[in-house]
Amino acid sequence: MTEICSLSLTALAGALQKREISAAEAVQACLDRMEATEPRIAAMLHVDADGALARARQLDAAGPDPAQALWGVPVTVKDALSTRGLPTTAGSRILEGFTPIYDAFAVEKLRQAGAVLLGKANLDEFAMGSGTENSAYQKTRNPWNTAKVPGGSSGGSAASVAAGQCFASLGTDTGGSIRQPASFCGCVGLKPTYGRVSRYGLIAYGSSLDQIGPLTRSVEDCARVLAVIAGHDERDATCDPRPVDDYLAALTRADGLKGVRLGLPKEFFGKGLAPEVRAACDAALARAREQGAELVEVNLPHTDAAIATYYIIAMAEASSNLARFDGVRYGRRAPDVKNLEELYVRSRSEGFGQEVKRRIMLGAYVLSSGYYDAYYRKAAQVRRLIRDEYLAALAQCDVLCAPVSPVTAWDLGSHAADPLQAYLMDAYTLSLNLAGLPGLSLPVGLGADSHMPVGLQLIGPAFGEARLLGVGHALEQALPGIGRPAL
Amino acid sequence: MAAHNTISREEVAHMAALSRLRVNDEERELFARQFGDILGYMDVLAQVDTEHVEPLYSPVQHTAQGREDQAVNRRSRQEALNNAPEADGEYFIVPRIV
Repeated sequence: MTEICSLSLTALAGALQKREISAAEAVQACLDRMEATEPRIAAMLHVDADGALARARQLDAAGPDPAQALWGVPVTVKDALSTRGLPTTAGSRILEGFTPIYDAFAVEKLRQAGAVLLGKANLDEFAMGSGTENSAYQKTRNPWNTAKVPGGSSGGSAASVAAGQCFASLGTDTGGSIRQPASFCGCVGLKPTYGRVSRYGLIAYGSSLDQIGPLTRSVEDCARVLAVIAGHDERDATCDPRPVDDYLAALTRADGLKGVRLGLPKEFFGKGLAPEVRAACDAALARAREQGAELVEVNLPHTDAAIATYYIIAMAEASSNLARFDGVRYGRRAPDVKNLEELYVRSRSEGFGQEVKRRIMLGAYVLSSGYYDAYYRKAAQVRRLIRDEYLAALAQCDVLCAPVSPVTAWDLGSHAADPLQAYLMDAYTLSLNLAGLPGLSLPVGLGADSHMPVGLQLIGPAFGEARLLGVGHALEQALPGIGRPAL
Repeated sequence: MAAHNTISREEVAHMAALSRLRVNDEERELFARQFGDILGYMDVLAQVDTEHVEPLYSPVQHTAQGREDQAVNRRSRQEALNNAPEADGEYFIVPRIV
């Protein structure tokens, strides 16, 4: 790997501002890195090499702007986010050839901050999956071990960051889709509070669950990107108008971990947790205690019901959101249809993959007459219980800590036959989306058996991103680090 | 909640119809089994006491602000038609309805 690609975003942004590195050099280094690594990891669905280089030269000609926090920084974004003039597929055949006419809010913010968009990262189709194996186009591989999945659904984003193809990527998280791939690929990933980042221009999956957030190689890098994309946007009515905290200032908290109360939800350390994941998390928590943190046990008693609650709500919202793909205004249209009904049915049946069909059909079912109260309304009631439990647990501590995933990255193809088994793997991440709270995934070690990265999840109160980043940064500094994949 | 450990192929066909999807025989068989497993698993919710619990449909904490009821012309007609599989420059074209 070239020297440039091994820098942190923070270091690169500094060097760009001082003109020690030009934007064109940074972009070219990333494009070279992509050329060298894409045959092995397949993280990217679309690379805009010419556009990125042209943009970089334009920036270089104008000169660095200290007001642009990401001036000249090469980034990738998950292909669920609309990018003006760049193909956007959501990993689905139904959007093959689709080119958005506007940028998502978060993409617009990146561009305004001077970032250079290299291309679009692979994902599970419509973000439905945990391994990026459900993409209709290609299977992304984990840079730490190419026989393993990168996690998902933002697996392309995580793999591109871990492999040094870019300095940050935007992912989306509906039930863990930023945090879990970040964990599997040894990156930092943040799911912000619901409403902190505008969803305008995000191809919706579960609208009451979806959030956009950064994947980076350090907590400080993560804070820099979040500072750019957070904020009010009137085009998303669920986007919160409150002011954005100073995330970078939060990193320099003088006391570090001293006196920080870390709450450990008992239910997240129980059966089903792989011993190597438990050991890596325990070691990180022991280190936090040495640094002055206080560990307290807390309870989230409805954890067992969270998976069912989540999938009912996510599928219901998906069935409604994906009704817009009808072959009329954009996307794939089946040829030679006789009438409108057949146009809808065939365009959708030929355009969607199997997992998407499963979720749409189950979603339609739980919303249908006779089942609505037993499934959808019931799940919404349990959702309130789950959120209230989180709030009660957070009243007893500053930050909750839990593993991101019960296991490290699994082998490609090992979950193909049984969708339910794959759903169960999201046990530790999805309840946070039900509650709308922020979560930071921090790499804390390599599993003793698998030698794959393990992530620890820090969970905070609504709009507590500054606190999560501060604690995450302090813990990151206290740990030895996991190194980089030998890709 | 009714126990739903089995889903018939007819039910799968009904779910597909609700979703404007067509499933072939093979998928009908596969989905019947998988949906039975998944919905069976979801019956865990029946054991949760939710009496007097208000449903939570969204975690939004603020009250959405209305805007002035004024039309904003963000996109041109041409842009809106850019991605249409079939259009005539003015309208989206679909098979004849009436």
